[in-house]
Amino acid sequence: MNSDLFKIGGLELESRLLTGTGKYADDAVIPGVCEASGSQVITVALRRVDFESDTGNVMDCIPKHMQLLPNTSGARTAEEAVRIARLAKAMGCGDWIKIEVISDNKYLLPDGYETAKATEILANEGFVVFPYVNADLYVARSLVDAGAAAVMPLGSPIGTNRGLKTREMVRILIDEIALPIIVDAGIGRPSEACEAMEMGADAVLVNTAIATASDPLMMAKAFGRAVKAGREAYLSGPGARQRQASASSPLTGFLSEG
Amino acid sequence: MVVILNGKEIEVTADLTVLGLLEARGIGTGSVVVEVNREIVPEAAFGETKLNDGDHLEVLRFVGGG
Repeated sequence: MNSDLFKIGGLELESRLLTGTGKYADDAVIPGVCEASGSQVITVALRRVDFESDTGNVMDCIPKHMQLLPNTSGARTAEEAVRIARLAKAMGCGDWIKIEVISDNKYLLPDGYETAKATEILANEGFVVFPYVNADLYVARSLVDAGAAAVMPLGSPIGTNRGLKTREMVRILIDEIALPIIVDAGIGRPSEACEAMEMGADAVLVNTAIATASDPLMMAKAFGRAVKAGREAYLSGPGARQRQASASSPLTGFLSEG
Repeated sequence: MVVILNGKEIEVTADLTVLGLLEARGIGTGSVVVEVNREIVPEAAFGETKLNDGDHLEVLRFVGGG
């Protein structure tokens, strides 16, 4: 039995890999990705219905056991994020919400101040709030005060697959912030997810890296394993790093002795 | 009368309800959320919520996202 459950928002999850539903060439692969990755939490966005074209409903592709984590993408201010969050809740899929407040369209970097404002309002309304932010200690502290359920620092800009560029700052959040730290955005390879988990991140969220792989199912499986490996490495307490060599084999009893 | 649906003006019949509007466009009520003039309309109230000239409607659904 797995005694290392990820406790978040009133749930106890086996998996520490959160996935997304964006950018898939074919949404029909999503159920397979959920199974192959072992993920139990999946993100969606809220958009206007396009009455002109009959696009498929992504909800038909999300297995019923998945915990839904709608995001507030498209929001440029706290007020817009709050509006989107309330609409998402009215869809009847629970009260988890990932806050994204972004007004920079080139790097898609999150606005920490507006995010903290939205977090406070929504946490007070009973939402389980997952704010997506820069890996910044003061922003993270403001999110703790605002009632966030976790802090989601970016590894690198959204969709770039550039990896854990913020590692030193994420490490500080892991050390200093009592809430779960979920590294979100930019994770491009399983090794990078593994590194985040080895450092002590509580979970990672991966969308683009899986969705844009040539074989999303195999990549989903690889990420699931990498996250587990990193978590186990963290829990096992890695040995200290040293500058000089330290023999692993005995330094006595050589053939040439005597 | 005219209402603004997802940012576009459309001509609709008087006494049209939210439910009537969705049904006319083949939208299943379980998969969308509706705002009229910035107020969320609960799904149970779609049938009794009549639209008025100049109303601003937003009809949204979940789509793929990260």
